[in-house]
Amino acid sequence: MKLTINKLSFNYTSFPVLRDVNFAVDVGEVLGIVGPNGSGKSTLLRCINRILKTKQNTVLVDGKDISGINLKELSKIMGYVPQSSNSTFPFTVFDVVLMGRKPYIHWSLGERDYAIVADTLAFLGIGELAMRHFNELSGGEQQKVIVARALSQEPQILLLDEPTSSLDIKHQLEILCILKSLAQTKNCSVILSMHDLNLASRFSDRLLMLKKGSIFAVGTPESVLTEENIESVYGVKARVTDSVIGKPQVTPLISEFNGIRDLKLPAEIAAKS
Amino acid sequence: MSTAAELKKLYQKGKKRKILAILFIFLALLVAVVVSVSLGAGSPRFNEAMQAILARLFPFLQIDPGPTLTQTIVLDLRLPRIVMAIIAGAGLAASGATMQGVLRNPLVSSYILGISAAAGFGAALAIVFGIGVIEGYGKYLMIINAFVFSMLAMVLVYGIARLRGITTETVILAGVAVGYLFSALLSLIQYVAPEHQAVRAVVFWLMGGLNSATWESILAVFPIVIVTFVFMVQQSWNINVTSMGEEVATSLGVHTKRVLTITMILETLATASIIAFTGVIGFICLISPHISRMLIGNDHRFLIPCSAVVGALLLLCSDTVGRLVLQPTELPVGIVTSLLGVPFFIYMLMSKKRRTWR
Repeated sequence: MKLTINKLSFNYTSFPVLRDVNFAVDVGEVLGIVGPNGSGKSTLLRCINRILKTKQNTVLVDGKDISGINLKELSKIMGYVPQSSNSTFPFTVFDVVLMGRKPYIHWSLGERDYAIVADTLAFLGIGELAMRHFNELSGGEQQKVIVARALSQEPQILLLDEPTSSLDIKHQLEILCILKSLAQTKNCSVILSMHDLNLASRFSDRLLMLKKGSIFAVGTPESVLTEENIESVYGVKARVTDSVIGKPQVTPLISEFNGIRDLKLPAEIAAKS
Repeated sequence: MSTAAELKKLYQKGKKRKILAILFIFLALLVAVVVSVSLGAGSPRFNEAMQAILARLFPFLQIDPGPTLTQTIVLDLRLPRIVMAIIAGAGLAASGATMQGVLRNPLVSSYILGISAAAGFGAALAIVFGIGVIEGYGKYLMIINAFVFSMLAMVLVYGIARLRGITTETVILAGVAVGYLFSALLSLIQYVAPEHQAVRAVVFWLMGGLNSATWESILAVFPIVIVTFVFMVQQSWNINVTSMGEEVATSLGVHTKRVLTITMILETLATASIIAFTGVIGFICLISPHISRMLIGNDHRFLIPCSAVVGALLLLCSDTVGRLVLQPTELPVGIVTSLLGVPFFIYMLMSKKRRTWR
């Protein structure tokens, strides 16, 4: 489904977090949202998913205003993966993934519920974890389970809030490859916020760069990840080169960064090393 | 292990195990009823007790009901008390499980909204000053007062929490605050009470007990407990999903605030109607859900019913022990539940490898 964001603004109290945000995401597109901490990435995702309520006609799915769709119907269209997940009272992996079927289940499970949970577990390669306890898994495995839960909602739009931030390099790549193939094979639109600019550059079809709640740049990774943009948005000098896979590669330059240059190690630590 | 058929088999197996566990505890409860009926002061023998019950239950069988004294002891004193223990234990435990789940907090009991202190305050008003929300109801004054003030506590908590948006944190904090408010008022009443007798009666009420149970009171409590129980179980899926956090629940199509409000009303109705008749029976509503979590896990579709049977069994056993240990007097059931329940609970905590909460 095509997602359109139209003049979206949001404030928590009186402080504006998002200001006049406009963009659209196509069917099967992977859109990466980048920007410094506090630039409004998470808030934007929550507004799209109606976890935070916004004004009418600001978030549209196939031209239809989501504030007119009831929450249950919306949850059949959009899946959401939060920054961190835990449960006070632990459940098995199967139970957690099954929660994604909540919008479809009344009381008992149907054949389709079993089939879809089995499919998503297989799609993510975590079938053998099904009866393990969620809280006893590693961070990488947990993240896959949470993605599986969102996928078992059968969403056409998937929103992910920094899905790779706390993962090792292998799990980062695995999750992002899964998302990419989801977009390509199932025509699901994927919108994810990220901190790692190089991963964002590599896996996103387009990037959206936020600065203080407004869109600073939007477009292909090549057009968004420029040395000028990175310096004015993050305040960090960086070299942007072509990587081996032909995507922009960002290398921050520490020696030109004032904050770090003045930092001196305490004498005793310096002596030891 | 990842085909749908295999997953289904595994899941069904787990489900069957949970249902069996619940049935097994229910069976134990039935045994406890039979044992409890034939134990205690002036006790008829087991077969005499059964005779009296069966004769009343199935008059067309024309069983000899036995002597009138036996009939009175079994049918009008012991049986209502046993039935009340089951209803109260089940209702309090189911409320506790529901509130722990929806507030995502293992320390929560069904008294989290300040209900116990409020009910105590209401009862004390009636006991000490004879002041009631409805005048001229004699012995019902205390019961109605306790119930009405419990509901008032819930409304206060809801109102306060609403000011900052109904979330788990605001509800818990508002509940604790309102609880303190009513317990201060309760202390005040006890402090200024003119007679020692009245203070003693208040203390006795606060300890809780099932000795005043009658068929009349059961008729009042049972419908409320059964209806609220059904509605609590109906919220199971919503509570399951809520335990992954409010954001996630919202993204799965659940109105978390609505679920919290509904469960608050349900649990207050159940708890208030029970303790209005029994006084404050603590601990059951805290440990029964935890014992159940250890037995069958955290799926509320099974956890709430399981907590109910565990709670009923625990309270019936405690009350029976309380009746027996200090004959001819009784030990208040609240004391027994803690004295028996705490060691049992600690044993279960220690023996279980996997934690059932975070």
